Amino acid sequence: MATVASGLAGCAQDRASNTARVPLADLLAPDLGGDTTRDIVNQNAFGLPAKSLPGSSRSDFEIGDSFFTQNWVIAPASTTNRDGLGPTFNAMACASCHVFDGRAAPPTDQDPETPGLLLRLSVAGTDAHGAPNPHPAYGGQLQDHSIPGVPAEGKVGIEYTEVHGKFDDGTPYTLQKPTYSILDPAFGRPGTDLLIGPRIAPVVIGMGLLEAVPEATIEKAADSKDNDGDGISGRTNTVWDEVAHKKALGRFGWKANVASVRQQTAGAFSGDVGISSPVFPDQDCPTTQTQCSAAPTGGSPEIDQKTFDSVVFYTRVLSVPAARDAGEPKVRRGAEVFRDSGCASCHTPTLTTGTSDVAALSNQTTHPFTDLLLHDMGPGLADGRPDFGASGSEWRTPPLWGIGLVDTINGHTRFLHDGRARNVMEAVLWHDGEGAAAKKKVLALSAADRTALLAYLESR
Amino acid sequence: MTTQEERVERVRSAAGSRVVRVVAVVAIAGLGLTACGDDDPAADNTTTTTAKATPKYDAALAQQVIEHYADGVYASYTASLDAAKKMQTSIASFVAAPTEDTLAAARAAWIEARTPYGQTEAFRFYGGPIDNEKDGPEGLINGWPLDEQYIDYTVDSPTSGIIADTTNFPEITKEALADANEKGGEANLSTGWHAIEFLLWGQDLDPTGPGARPATDYTSAPNAERRATYLTEVTQLLVDNLTAVQTAWAPDADNYRASFVKQDATSSLSDMVTGIGELSRGELAGERMNVAYEQRDQENEHSCFSDNTTADLLANATSISDVWNGTFTGAAEGPGLAALVAQADDATSTKVTADIAASIAEIAKIPAPFDQNLTADAPDDGPGRTAIRTGIEDLGTQTDAIVAAAKQLGISVEVS
Repeated sequence: MATVASGLAGCAQDRASNTARVPLADLLAPDLGGDTTRDIVNQNAFGLPAKSLPGSSRSDFEIGDSFFTQNWVIAPASTTNRDGLGPTFNAMACASCHVFDGRAAPPTDQDPETPGLLLRLSVAGTDAHGAPNPHPAYGGQLQDHSIPGVPAEGKVGIEYTEVHGKFDDGTPYTLQKPTYSILDPAFGRPGTDLLIGPRIAPVVIGMGLLEAVPEATIEKAADSKDNDGDGISGRTNTVWDEVAHKKALGRFGWKANVASVRQQTAGAFSGDVGISSPVFPDQDCPTTQTQCSAAPTGGSPEIDQKTFDSVVFYTRVLSVPAARDAGEPKVRRGAEVFRDSGCASCHTPTLTTGTSDVAALSNQTTHPFTDLLLHDMGPGLADGRPDFGASGSEWRTPPLWGIGLVDTINGHTRFLHDGRARNVMEAVLWHDGEGAAAKKKVLALSAADRTALLAYLESR
Repeated sequence: MTTQEERVERVRSAAGSRVVRVVAVVAIAGLGLTACGDDDPAADNTTTTTAKATPKYDAALAQQVIEHYADGVYASYTASLDAAKKMQTSIASFVAAPTEDTLAAARAAWIEARTPYGQTEAFRFYGGPIDNEKDGPEGLINGWPLDEQYIDYTVDSPTSGIIADTTNFPEITKEALADANEKGGEANLSTGWHAIEFLLWGQDLDPTGPGARPATDYTSAPNAERRATYLTEVTQLLVDNLTAVQTAWAPDADNYRASFVKQDATSSLSDMVTGIGELSRGELAGERMNVAYEQRDQENEHSCFSDNTTADLLANATSISDVWNGTFTGAAEGPGLAALVAQADDATSTKVTADIAASIAEIAKIPAPFDQNLTADAPDDGPGRTAIRTGIEDLGTQTDAIVAAAKQLGISVEVS
């Protein structure tokens, strides 16, 4: 199959020598994760190890899976290496929000307690390394749960207002624009200088592949001053690497604000579950939260080095499921619409990995549909909360692989950084700023081409 | 926009037929041929004509295998439910007159009921009634690890838990317990087999034996009455949840079973293979055996309060055998996947059957209690850890064999 794909790329390049056209083969290649790809469409489709992972790595994967999936419990407990939950937390396990390693949906009236949407908090300014300045009373994140005897920090408040629009052919659409607040704040009013960044738990697949994309590849695609005049100015984010203790290229998180899967995992353990790790060995308790600080811990750190390494490994090697339906005319037409509307300018179809310490991830031709760069998406999507070099309106292009399986696996189609979009088309229609030109083209599409575009996206 | 119905249909057909994707590869090769010429999508080959690839199995036998499986699932859940009801009776007797004797009887009934439940676990992992994302009760039934302190006192925390918490739980009811499970956003804190186990045995503080909760916890100890209520309600909740799953597989009803036996056979066969394949390696070999083996944490085992883990493991291994061989407790005889594979290739079928028997034999060798094999000084070359390790390897071998056998039927399944 590799031969067929490369053959395709070759002839497409010949044809498209003088245009910026992306080869259709890249847009329709089924093996989104290269040799790691799994041909699977059921509920487990996000949860399997890379196809090419050797059996000798299985044990590590299984231990990582177990500690990603099973609940952490309140310390002390009989299961001594699984205790230390909280004292404050958003969820009891990684898998509470990344259900089946997939994507969370925001709470609704029907399902008000669902976890997976959290609020990042800060006040103006930065810390010593350029990270957002945590709120003095509430810290860097609102933890809306706690163990008995410790107060939770508050609840996530969401209010939606409707935004109405029309496609060029007159077909109306309605978007919902959220406003966020802290309800029942336990430690006093957070004040008017509070900055809130809502974040939904994304799909976990393919992280190690994205990590193995050479920095030079990402930097080469950056065009911070829009020198090519296409209205799109992808920028890199330079962040503080807590593992290496130096500045580094950010590539994970909704604002490319984290450099490595290791730090992303440790940050989630600390902030979301309340589990200390070798990277973040302290409990996440702001100094004013005395009951939080006084609560018993599940060890120091609560997840030991070896187990933590396994969870990081697990997170890196989760396979990407194959794209589907490349032979369907509608899907193929959708790929052309995707390309011709300019979506592929940021949702870069192909990234090739360099050398990874995990051999299965090395030198893979992958199709994540991201450039891993920051783009200004306009005021509608902005959270107004800067994160290292990312402004309040800049977001990292999210990968699109797996997007068509979210409904199968997680039973919803809520997209974007806070899940405000109720389906893929709403997500497209939220694009503005650097995405405005592409959105304009989508608004001008015929109904048939809109359907084709969606069919294409749902095949990824 | 794709309508909801269309999307459901698309997902179902995609999930149902792995053959479709094999064909899609061919289709993209075909597409390659046209890519150098025109971009006109109409020139493209479509999968629609080739998607219905002929399955490499006998349709009539496949239907028998699927229907026998559905019968077997129903019979297995019925056996589990019957045993759970017997346990409920024993627990009711214990609660009515708590003595060491009635406690021992309740514990014996729990152990009796565990094996039939363990023998249903091959019916998981494909989004069926037990564990579909919307309302599958698996987490409420078998959630682990257990938040002991969320339920009751522990040695380190003498006043913790719902049982002592009269403020937030003025009345302990099964509804309140089910609600409490949602509190942390996850559905498995305070209910199910292991909650009952904890209430019967208490913490396992004895390095060589199970937990030793005294019967006086239900007579003279603080909150004795509330503890009894908790035990009664959480047992009722387990029975309710098992009943719901059993009902979904009942014959002659408009339920999950009806659609399972009616839908495209490849889809149902894929689910069956996914269930045994995922249980075999990811869950049993991986989560339940290897993680405990590697972590060497003495209580990193599923039935840590009762020390019943070895029996749990054997029941899971048997569950795989049941589906493969079509030998379900309480069901009439009928063909399993083995028969269907044998029709395609006798040798392949025989090998899987032998592999499954070998892994069961190896797991049966693991000495109880399981946690004695997890201590820091348990030798890797001793009989206990050797049996666990060999069992893990055997389960891996059988998983590969099962997946390969399915491929012979034209069923392509990916398991972890």
